[in-house]
Amino acid sequence: MKTTRLAAASAAALGLLLATGCTTDTPTDDEATSAGESDSGSSSEWFVQADYDEQLAQRDIEPEGDPNTPWLQAISPEWIDTSEFAREGGDATVCFSNASISNPWRVTGWITMQQQVEVLQESGDIGEFRSSDAGDDDDQQISDIQAFVASGDCDAIIISPSTTATLTPAVETACESGVPVIVFDRGVNTDCAVTFIHPIGGYAFGADAAEFLVDNLEPGSTVLALRILPGVDVLEHRWTAAEQIFGDSELEILGDEFTGGDAAEIKNIVTQYLQRGDVDGIWMDAGDGAVAAIEAFEDAGKPYPVMSGEDELSFMRKWDETGMTALAPVYSNFQWRTPIIAATMILAGEEVPAEWILPQDPITEAELADYLERNADMPSLHYAKFGGEDLPGFPDAWRDR
Amino acid sequence: MTRPDLSALTASIRRPGTTALIYLALAAVVLVSGVAVALEGKNLFATANLVDMFTRTSLTGFLAIGMTLVILCRSLDLSVGYTAALSSLVAATTMDGQVANLPLAIGAVLLVSGLIGAANGAIVAFLRVNPFIATLGTGLIIKGYLDTRYKGPAGDVPEAFRAFGYSRIGPVPVSTLVMLALAVAAIWFLRSSRTGHHMYAVGGDVDIARMSGIRTDRVLLTAHVLCGMCAGVAGLLLAARFGTGSAESYTNLYELDAIAAVVLGGTLLLGGRGGVAGTVAGVMILAVLDSVFNVLQIDPFAKDVLRGAVIIAAVALYARRQLDRTARRPRFPTAAAGRTR
Amino acid sequence: MTRYRDRGAAFGAAALRWIANPTATVFLLLLLIFAGIFALNDSFFAGPSFMAFLKQAAPLMILAAGQYFVIVSGNFDLSVGALVGAQVVIAARLIDGEESRTVPVMLAMVAFGIAVGLVNGIITTVLKVQSFITTLGMLMVLFGAIKLWTGGAPTGALSESFRTAGRLGIENVPVLGQIPWAVLIVIGLGAGAIGLMRTGFGRVLMAAGDNERAATLSGAPVNTVRIAAFVLSGLSATVAGILIGGYAGVSAQVGQGLEFTVITAVVLGGVVLGGGRGTVLAAIAGALAIESLFALFNQMQLPSTLRPTVQGAIIIAAVAYAARRRTRRGAAAKTATATATPS
Repeated sequence: MKTTRLAAASAAALGLLLATGCTTDTPTDDEATSAGESDSGSSSEWFVQADYDEQLAQRDIEPEGDPNTPWLQAISPEWIDTSEFAREGGDATVCFSNASISNPWRVTGWITMQQQVEVLQESGDIGEFRSSDAGDDDDQQISDIQAFVASGDCDAIIISPSTTATLTPAVETACESGVPVIVFDRGVNTDCAVTFIHPIGGYAFGADAAEFLVDNLEPGSTVLALRILPGVDVLEHRWTAAEQIFGDSELEILGDEFTGGDAAEIKNIVTQYLQRGDVDGIWMDAGDGAVAAIEAFEDAGKPYPVMSGEDELSFMRKWDETGMTALAPVYSNFQWRTPIIAATMILAGEEVPAEWILPQDPITEAELADYLERNADMPSLHYAKFGGEDLPGFPDAWRDR
Repeated sequence: MTRPDLSALTASIRRPGTTALIYLALAAVVLVSGVAVALEGKNLFATANLVDMFTRTSLTGFLAIGMTLVILCRSLDLSVGYTAALSSLVAATTMDGQVANLPLAIGAVLLVSGLIGAANGAIVAFLRVNPFIATLGTGLIIKGYLDTRYKGPAGDVPEAFRAFGYSRIGPVPVSTLVMLALAVAAIWFLRSSRTGHHMYAVGGDVDIARMSGIRTDRVLLTAHVLCGMCAGVAGLLLAARFGTGSAESYTNLYELDAIAAVVLGGTLLLGGRGGVAGTVAGVMILAVLDSVFNVLQIDPFAKDVLRGAVIIAAVALYARRQLDRTARRPRFPTAAAGRTR
Repeated sequence: MTRYRDRGAAFGAAALRWIANPTATVFLLLLLIFAGIFALNDSFFAGPSFMAFLKQAAPLMILAAGQYFVIVSGNFDLSVGALVGAQVVIAARLIDGEESRTVPVMLAMVAFGIAVGLVNGIITTVLKVQSFITTLGMLMVLFGAIKLWTGGAPTGALSESFRTAGRLGIENVPVLGQIPWAVLIVIGLGAGAIGLMRTGFGRVLMAAGDNERAATLSGAPVNTVRIAAFVLSGLSATVAGILIGGYAGVSAQVGQGLEFTVITAVVLGGVVLGGGRGTVLAAIAGALAIESLFALFNQMQLPSTLRPTVQGAIIIAAVAYAARRRTRRGAAAKTATATATPS
């Protein structure tokens, strides 16, 4: 059989090639990778007491820096020297591997980032800005990062990882290439990046929301938790933190439901819960579709719940319109500006925080009017704390996206 | 027994057959892409870009090879994305960071994925549930299991096995070579084994196949088991790339990518015609497009539009071509006349 | 006495015949699910809450009717989920909160739905691309194009009058509370669909899916009715978009994955993929069965991560049950069940 011989030959050739010149892009530094990951299915798997305590404490720490530019503020920074990355002559090529722009929060941040890039291109700090979008596919993002590394053109690589654990090896590969690596939003299980930029975190978000419900509801009240997806760390942290706080309270948790962020699904679920009995409070792990949840109460003729959403504008406008008791926890969208600025700082050899923790303050009733005023021109599904008001493209870039 | 691919290949010298046509299409895509990239002042054939292109073929390749087998049998597998995600978890948790566990982990993955394939095959062949629904259903079952059992990434893949995801020989990643080796094996299987021949017959017309003494149920079951195992290998690759197992990877709709690649490769969704050689070309066309979109910095949403348009356009071209061939030389008369459209 | 017994026996035999009918499986399933919900919470069937349930189920029922036409003629339409999403986003962006634009925009949406259906139909029939690929490609094109147009996330807002159909209804009806417009629309369109299948068009459509060759040889306009089926599916997605947008407003995820849910619903209704079998009423009932299954899960307080597993198992079991019935009844019939993918 001709084909049999062909198969045998190619197998032999494969073996030969493997035995001889074999290059590997595998990151060699294995210490930092997650060795102690548990594979148990318990819901507390996501809960790390130390991180939880730390994040809750960070909410009360006054960040360093000018409160008018929160994207440059940092909570308890440990400044590190970056002179080894200092580079002469400006016009740096900055490469950005994006997990996706598959939800409005990321869309908003991505616009802000591009506007920030334009400013720094005008000033001559950044020459070319290359980006790749992995469409939420971890494997795709690994390829994207590898392509940046292999091209050898990048003076700095910015990574917004799609998933924490799975992107770790790829980020290590990028670090080993010698160019400064900046990670933001979701983290990775290695500290090889020059700086890791993120707001306080998921625990703080979930805790802000849960504490608000506990404070504003009578003991014995019922709360429904609406969640987007299982298995995403930043979202799971929000829920485990809320579970802690609800566990210590007198509130009754009716259930936690996954909605995929789909408004119709949210309205269905809330309607069905209302049909079974009263719901006094709504806790959400992200604000997508919050308005649909509120409308379910309207359509069922029930009084508005006490609610935690997000700083997404359609929710805030509805909150203002109805005068309900609500809170908009914030997962600071302005963090999308910081990595670009950090890249130019590092390439100029300036000190940056090793872990750049940005402030993350929820929007309360008292600040509602102010934030609505500031974002009056902005479309729905825009995030109030996007932090781009001083960029030259404002407001058109965000309004006519 | 007719052997469509072999005859197509020998005939290709005189008049290009379908498989040859697909490789011509691949060449055209590469050429046009190369020119487009060159106009931007970049080089598509720089090592970095080649590595990128090859890397992108591996995962879809594994899934599409298995998918080709079931589609040839006029079946379908929409559960492969879920099977791959589960396999990555089985692999990573069984390995648990120990090189010694590698054989056990690979065995466990092939067993689990093979069993899922067997379940799919049994539901389709014996319970006579339409494969679209059957595999959508098993996919949902696995999804529920993954969501309940694994709250996120789990397990640890030892350094040695990560090489499968990251090592390369020159510009060609090891995973791509393994994929190509698997493709060669599948081509051999389809052309030279009795079961392989039977797959074409079952896909061509199941009644005629049954009447001519083929145990059609068994053939269908075999195709599904092999498809499941290919998804298992894809899961192994995911584990090697991620360094851990990830349930989340099922959200990427790999199954649709795989089906698109198979169809781009000239295999008829109605079964009975096509082959793995074409599928490999289909996978490569998609990989080249993805790479080029990246190099040219095309908006991620425009990528979706272009991909969709390319897939439709390519299949329309093949359809034109296949109609000509059918008109001249009907192979499975009832199938060709009654169902090809 | 005997008279009653005879009548009982006749009734029993009729019931058996009915249950043996594959399309009847869905009504049996629906009955079982409703019984389950009733056992857990009988207030679910109180007028207002049952009406609320129907209102929420309405879009899927309409999509199922549209998908039925395509499937029965031997094709697939995977683009409906993306089309629903596109329609809602188009509505929000073009209306942008202005009441006066509601009607023109709705007309534009109808035109867009027809256009997408026409393109799907023409590519499938004239260019001979299998519908699975045509509509998969259309799904990608619509998904990307809409995001490209809005920069990734929906902009604008729907007007109050746009939302009437999906959200409001005839108020203060005794016992029922509110009769949602959505329910009336489902009844109207459902009746229209049943009527349409009884016309010559319906017969040709069925024949096209049952035996394309025979239909073509007998001079039936096979391609024309198939294109029309795609257009009907596009229209159903438009109506579903209007209802879903009205019901829940705009969100970035609207419509995602609906194509698989609706095809499952239609198949659950005993409609055979590959064409030529099944009734539109059963397809609509399939959609209702899926929605009530989700309601049952909710009433059972089944952990939400486990739901897909139960859903998958039930779907396979129901379709296998129907397939068993079918093979028993018509062993000589064509091997419709073994047909994997309609082209």
